[in-house]
Amino acid sequence: MSGPSRFLAGAEAKSDCLAAYEPGDSALEIEVSSKVGTLFGKAIRAAAAAAAAEFGAGGRLSIRDDGALDYVVAARVEAALRDAGLSRAPAAGRPVPRREPSSRGRLRRTRLYLPGDQPDLPINAGLFGADSILVDLEDSVAPERKAATRILARRLLESHADFFGSSEIAVRVNPLAESFGAADLEEIVPARPQALVLPKCESAEDVAAYDREVSRLEAAAGLPVGSILFMPIVETARGVAKAAEIAAASERNAALCFGAEDYRRDLGLAKRPDEGEILVARSLVAIAARAAGIGAQDSVFADTEDEAGLEASTLAAKNLGFTGKGVVHPRQIAVVHRAFAPGAAELEAARRVLAAMAAADGRGVVSLDGKMIDAPVAERARRLVEYAESAERAAKGS
Amino acid sequence: MEASTNAVGRKLPAEIGGRVIEPFRGAFAAPGQAEAPRGPGPRPRRAAGRGRPVKLVSSWDELLDRLELRDGMTVSFHHHLRDGDAVVNETVARLAARGLKGLVIAPTALFPTHDKLVPYIESGVIERVEGSMNGRVGEACSRGAMRGLSVLRSHGGRGRAIQAGELPIDLAVIAAPCADPFGNANGLHGKSACGPLSYPEPDSVYAEQVVVVTDGLVPYPCSPWSIKGGNVDYVLEVPSIGDPSRIVSGTTRLTRSPTQLLIAEMAARFVEGTGILREGFSFQAGAGGMSLAAVARVADRMRASGIKASFAHGGATGLLVGLLEEGLLGAIVDLQSFDLEAVRSCRENPRHIESTPFTSYGPQGAGCSAGMLDLALLGATEIDLDFNVNVNTHSDGLLLHGIGGHQDAAAGSSCCVVTAPLFRKRIPIVRERVTTVSCPGEVVDVLVTERGIAVNPRRGDLRERALAAGLPVVDIAELMDAARRITGIPEEPRFKDRPVALVEWRDGGVLDVVRELDR
Repeated sequence: MSGPSRFLAGAEAKSDCLAAYEPGDSALEIEVSSKVGTLFGKAIRAAAAAAAAEFGAGGRLSIRDDGALDYVVAARVEAALRDAGLSRAPAAGRPVPRREPSSRGRLRRTRLYLPGDQPDLPINAGLFGADSILVDLEDSVAPERKAATRILARRLLESHADFFGSSEIAVRVNPLAESFGAADLEEIVPARPQALVLPKCESAEDVAAYDREVSRLEAAAGLPVGSILFMPIVETARGVAKAAEIAAASERNAALCFGAEDYRRDLGLAKRPDEGEILVARSLVAIAARAAGIGAQDSVFADTEDEAGLEASTLAAKNLGFTGKGVVHPRQIAVVHRAFAPGAAELEAARRVLAAMAAADGRGVVSLDGKMIDAPVAERARRLVEYAESAERAAKGS
Repeated sequence: MEASTNAVGRKLPAEIGGRVIEPFRGAFAAPGQAEAPRGPGPRPRRAAGRGRPVKLVSSWDELLDRLELRDGMTVSFHHHLRDGDAVVNETVARLAARGLKGLVIAPTALFPTHDKLVPYIESGVIERVEGSMNGRVGEACSRGAMRGLSVLRSHGGRGRAIQAGELPIDLAVIAAPCADPFGNANGLHGKSACGPLSYPEPDSVYAEQVVVVTDGLVPYPCSPWSIKGGNVDYVLEVPSIGDPSRIVSGTTRLTRSPTQLLIAEMAARFVEGTGILREGFSFQAGAGGMSLAAVARVADRMRASGIKASFAHGGATGLLVGLLEEGLLGAIVDLQSFDLEAVRSCRENPRHIESTPFTSYGPQGAGCSAGMLDLALLGATEIDLDFNVNVNTHSDGLLLHGIGGHQDAAAGSSCCVVTAPLFRKRIPIVRERVTTVSCPGEVVDVLVTERGIAVNPRRGDLRERALAAGLPVVDIAELMDAARRITGIPEEPRFKDRPVALVEWRDGGVLDVVRELDR
């Protein structure tokens, strides 16, 4: 037999570790060197041994650690062992995380992207008040690290619901039509993320394919079928053209997302300061989402230094009908939440509309300050007040 | 040998290597001024007859020929040149070349550049350190490489010990960016400008022999004269006292870490919500990125509500200078400038006041600047359930930092707030008992973390105000549990019996003993 005799996973980086496995028939030898070895040497060894035991591994395992938590150590060991071709002993059970399913209508002003291969990021991710946290397995992860990253994400979901606070926890998987996507679902679905973010959707069938696969995996894992929500992303010309059917393609859909970077690349568009080049596409996505009765999620704003630019971009999205935006740094969260918040005067006016309608006692049309108020006006006021109240609840919860 | 337990519950031997251990009895339990024994007083000096004294020496060799040198002597230094300093290493190398050994080094702080002292520790040229130990020198102390027992003191405690005769200095070597041939010196001018020249002030007054080493010689009289030439025996001109790029940074930066920004925001909300933020309030904050961010967040609130602070104390940064020039701050009382803006301001602005350890931190004065503070925002390596703080040793037992002004600012201020993340990498900050007590919980009022604010039970007033302001107040034990749920429970480092260093409270009482690490 040829091939490598040593299998590596992870990195010697902050809150991470590098696991190196040399297969062998002898009883497993574990060597640990750690920057926190005086305090956690035994814990690291125990976590590595427990993970290796799930695979009945023999040979040599060496861990070079810089403060990785136990779940990270376990994930890196597992990735090295699986890379070496070992498989999990059938008896080895997995913890089933106790996590409530999310609801389609929940507040989603911000979805915070966490590159899936940086284990220092999730620990405090729940502290910043993002409505959703999105562990990314797609664009932020290099192809050679995809396998180890999906294991890390699974172990994170299995063992650390506590990291996410009151935020919804979602995973962006790789496209099902390309490599990695199916393996991502297989790994992640049993760990019960509340939502999956589906990149590069170009047709209703793309979403339906995810739906079938996720349903199959939910059933196999003994989970309620249909509990994991979807957030499809349209980020190509074809996707934008089919936005309406994509938005309506699954009962799981909670929001339709727009991906500006890939969309620009697809059409060969340069980014303009006023974002005029994406105006129509954005508008189509917002319309499609509303038509399907789901949320509309705008693209991320990549420049974390440019607070004014982020605010302008968010307000532009809000004015087109978007209900949320992607963020790539926690400092962007407050800016986006502020931009989506209704103004005090606007809110006060809406409350007066609702009060007038309540006083009108079933009459369809009333007058307030000399202006006619009919059902559509009242409906808009009701949604605004509801939105403000759920934002207030979110602020208290965080 | 375990003869006593001090007021923070640490067991202390009755004596170590001949030194009688005076236990810490409480933050304010020292005998009052009237009962305190009088120290020996400043060292009297005299000039050789009529006319201009000749103090300028032409070379290190001439200087060392003229000085009285002996094995076991105590040599002191300051740390205004920080990591750019070249004078400490140069002096020790030259003393070693003359065959001296068993030296006691008394720096106000050391930096990574002083890791070069370690071979002199190994070879016995340096026997122990009094004052502050950092980096590899602290590590060498932890693993037992020093033959004598070291002593860690705060800036105020060091000044007091010098005045009281507990830290007799045989030779003070004062690196000076600007000096005249008479020995007057300051840190405000010259290519190696560092800001104030505060820390060596007691050394200049009390040391047996005082040398100014300068790379910025100017004609008499240099102005201002932070160090008075009347206290100085010799002046040595050298091509360079250090690397200016590492003496002060170009700019000191706010943190970008989301967690640290969250803590900074929490701290600012605490300061506002408890009413500490009011017209004329005063504060001290460190120069770390998180402290700066907290000050920036407090400043936002000052701007919004039209509140002005009377003064900021401690180290100066461009951020504070900006507030001073904007009119949000009445003055900066400065012991140490961290960046070029702070150096410029200290040189040009009369409201940017250069201080001394006695004036700023001295426990033996009738008050000090720290006692005028409404708020001290400090850091911690560890804090325990009694709010005792450790800034000296890491959780693995290695001695890696000095005390700085931590004790003095905590004891002086009306409210001492420690800001810290709940864990660094995997290491929890809140512990059942700190590895080393650097500051007693008696003077530590609040811990602000990213997962909540804990208030010392001694400060029911602050707790009530924080709760009324809707702040996330939690028990400190809850914070410890929250950290442990994430990191796991750490093992304890193993120590040998041999004490390698004492941690003194600013009044000289011993807070804790650092022991040799068993690895």
